[in-house]
Amino acid sequence: MAAQAKDSAPPDPALIAFNRFGLGARPGDRDRLADDPRGYLKAELRRPDAAMISLDDPTYADLKGSTPAIQASMAANLQRKLDRERMATEEPATGTPASASVMPPPAAPGMSPPAAPAAAKIKPAVPPVEAILFRAEAQARFDMAMQAEAGFVERLVYFWSNHFCVSVAKANIVRASAGAFEREAIRPFVLGRFADMLMAVERHPAMLFYLDNQQSIGPDSRAGKNRQRGLNENLAREILELHTLGVGSGYSQADVTSFARILTGWTMAGREGRLGEPGSSVFNANAHEPGDAVLLGKTYPAGGMGQAETALNDIARHPATAQHIATQLARHFIADDPPPAAVARLAKVFVKNDGNLRALAAALIDLPEAWSTPLAKMRSPFDYVAAIRRAAGPGPNDPGQSLNWLNALGEPLWQPPGPNGFSDQADIWASAEGMKIRLDIAWQAARQVKDIGNPNDMLDAVIGPSASPETRQAVARAESKQQGLALLLMAPEFQRR
Amino acid sequence: MSLLCETPHPSRRAVLMTGGALFAWAYLPRFARAADNHDPRLIVIVLRGALDGLSAVGPVGDPDYAGLHGDIALSLSGPHAALPLDAFFAVNPAMPVFARLFKASQAAVVHAAATGYRERSHFDGQDVLESGFAGPGHVATGWLNRALASLPAGDRVATLGGLAVGPSTPLVIRGAAPVLGWAPQSLPAPAGDLATRVLDLYQHRDPVLAVALQKGLDANKMALDDQIGAKPMKPRGGLDSAAGMRQAAQGAARLIAADDGPRVAALAFDGWDTHVNEGGATGRLATLLGGLDGAFEEFEKGLGERWKDTAIVAITEFGRTARINGTVGTDHGTGTVVLLAGGAIKGGRVIADWPGLKPAQLYQQRDLAPTSDVRAVLKGLLADQFGLSAAVLGEKVFPDSGAVKPMMNLIV
Repeated sequence: MAAQAKDSAPPDPALIAFNRFGLGARPGDRDRLADDPRGYLKAELRRPDAAMISLDDPTYADLKGSTPAIQASMAANLQRKLDRERMATEEPATGTPASASVMPPPAAPGMSPPAAPAAAKIKPAVPPVEAILFRAEAQARFDMAMQAEAGFVERLVYFWSNHFCVSVAKANIVRASAGAFEREAIRPFVLGRFADMLMAVERHPAMLFYLDNQQSIGPDSRAGKNRQRGLNENLAREILELHTLGVGSGYSQADVTSFARILTGWTMAGREGRLGEPGSSVFNANAHEPGDAVLLGKTYPAGGMGQAETALNDIARHPATAQHIATQLARHFIADDPPPAAVARLAKVFVKNDGNLRALAAALIDLPEAWSTPLAKMRSPFDYVAAIRRAAGPGPNDPGQSLNWLNALGEPLWQPPGPNGFSDQADIWASAEGMKIRLDIAWQAARQVKDIGNPNDMLDAVIGPSASPETRQAVARAESKQQGLALLLMAPEFQRR
Repeated sequence: MSLLCETPHPSRRAVLMTGGALFAWAYLPRFARAADNHDPRLIVIVLRGALDGLSAVGPVGDPDYAGLHGDIALSLSGPHAALPLDAFFAVNPAMPVFARLFKASQAAVVHAAATGYRERSHFDGQDVLESGFAGPGHVATGWLNRALASLPAGDRVATLGGLAVGPSTPLVIRGAAPVLGWAPQSLPAPAGDLATRVLDLYQHRDPVLAVALQKGLDANKMALDDQIGAKPMKPRGGLDSAAGMRQAAQGAARLIAADDGPRVAALAFDGWDTHVNEGGATGRLATLLGGLDGAFEEFEKGLGERWKDTAIVAITEFGRTARINGTVGTDHGTGTVVLLAGGAIKGGRVIADWPGLKPAQLYQQRDLAPTSDVRAVLKGLLADQFGLSAAVLGEKVFPDSGAVKPMMNLIV
């Protein structure tokens, strides 16, 4: 199912740099490559804070840190609850009583919300702070995609964000904080150390909430004895299975349960602020399972919050973690079935450099397989939308359209179907419905461009001399400039990476 | 295809005619109905995230159930009483349609069922469930597609192909047999002959994309043809929302009901991973079950007279712990339910070799022990609906599963 390109000659190195590693060329970008695609990519890795979005930047004045974002959502949730209660007492006879218990979950971003009952329309609306924050964060992410040079560092951000995903479908507070999670737990570490990213992710309130650890309580802890609550193994299992070691790498159900005990107490402070600032990450000693614990054959002595920190630090350096990360990275950037030699090389670099992700990214650039393997993967929906914007201009002054495109393509932003994130397989994104929607999107994007210029020149700027004769001819013979641009945006050279 | 190179034709119809037999199916003349007017259909709904079978269909007659499932156990009394199916089992009150169909002998339950997978990873579990292989690691093709591909050449069901609902194709129906894709969406359609030109380019440069795009266009055309004057469906919610599930079924029913539409379909509904505050008769799981129930209702309505030929099966990768966890939810488990609905189902039965819920009877003292194999149910449906032999089912459709005998008499 893999390679579809008809030529067996190695792909154009510039196309590799911009499409396999990056987010696609903007007009003019290819001129800056100066025949050194590897150097061009590595220069991006050397830029300090290449991945960072600064809250000091006035452009991003609307963004909030995760703790204030969660606080805003908690306050809105409370207000909504009070409004509902007041409505129930004031207007007992109106509305449909049954609808209260079967409220649909919040609609995905950009989708029209389900029709509200008539009574709901007259109530004083609580501002949808979560949706406002979500859109501001989305806009910041699209801005970063537009501004990036090749976009390799942004691609790494998306890779790690999907590896350590949270979903806004979980709850309002995740909708409010998913963007902040990426800025706080992913971006600062994307060229840093894996163990540090792991720690930042697993301690982040959005992750603790998403994978239910904020409610997990040690059965023999003080809280466990007093209250009828106990262990929840969700976070522990997904850390081992998805974030670090990988499924089938040898851990057992007993390891999962034991790790869940170790992680008890890692939680998010609630609205009342009993444990700390509401919406912040805290350690609740009362909920922590006391005593030593055995994980993967090693005993972790009782030690409060440090018990899980020590365990996470060990797991981050486990050989299975290196193998798992290397495989996923090679699958993402090279091929669905990555060459074993490439995986082995990446795993070796991961171990040798203590999980230094800048060294790992540089090793990826240096892999010969990255430059010889045909461009047979598909751009993910986000990468496709970003590439369209980079090629054809930023589009509307609002992230709504791009978010709608992502919904239609089956990759709603920060809303994967499960904790394993979105698929990284080419045939998932080259589905029948997916290709039909890409066609519609290419047309909509092409129609929006005010001054297309000459589509043939755009083809040269975005794809370059390696464009196939058929693609060149299709663009040249288009019946309109819009159609020519849409053909360019649908060309295999624009879809594959 | 060579013809196409010489004389590019402006109409997509022409591309279809020259595009090879693969594309021709959508344009076959309407079939003369078979003499017995029997025209079987099979719809597979994959519930991703592991459905708590004990909260969907509660063994309310088991003396250990209420203690284990605690606050979220179903009960025959109280304001949200479960709907009794027989003297022992009751269905979640969020599923009145299913209960009605059950009474009308058009729905059935297989309880304490599991695939052959005994670990607790969602993603491996889903791969096993959907690929039909005995273990994880096979993600290229799914059992439903291989069932189509195993039908005799020229078989009508095989020729009509399958339908995948949603923006991506569920693994269960991925493979060599042709599959249409459809999802509710509302982007403006491209003007002029852009689609033809892109297809032409793909046929020269990227045949895989050509096949995919063609199928997407075909499904879209069929969906539009069947709603003359109506606007395209706007998405009402994701496939993890009750509204989204109902809408997906509505659209799928329209395509499947057509005489020249696909006879098998796959849908995947997300969101069943209820670790926290799962809820019982009301709450999060009940909302999802209500969505599934709505999907059953939409299929019943939309399939019209074809409902009597239809079998719907809802399956999930594994069940959840019998005892609720520390956060009034359930963690990953083993045995669960398979739900069957449709006019073709010999319903009104809960099929279960009930293992019991005492500690020693639970799988690893934790989960509902599996006593039925999900593959046996699926094999039984495929055998009765499409005439696939036990040998083909045991080798090609569900490789290395010869020991798992098809569960017979699921179909009227």
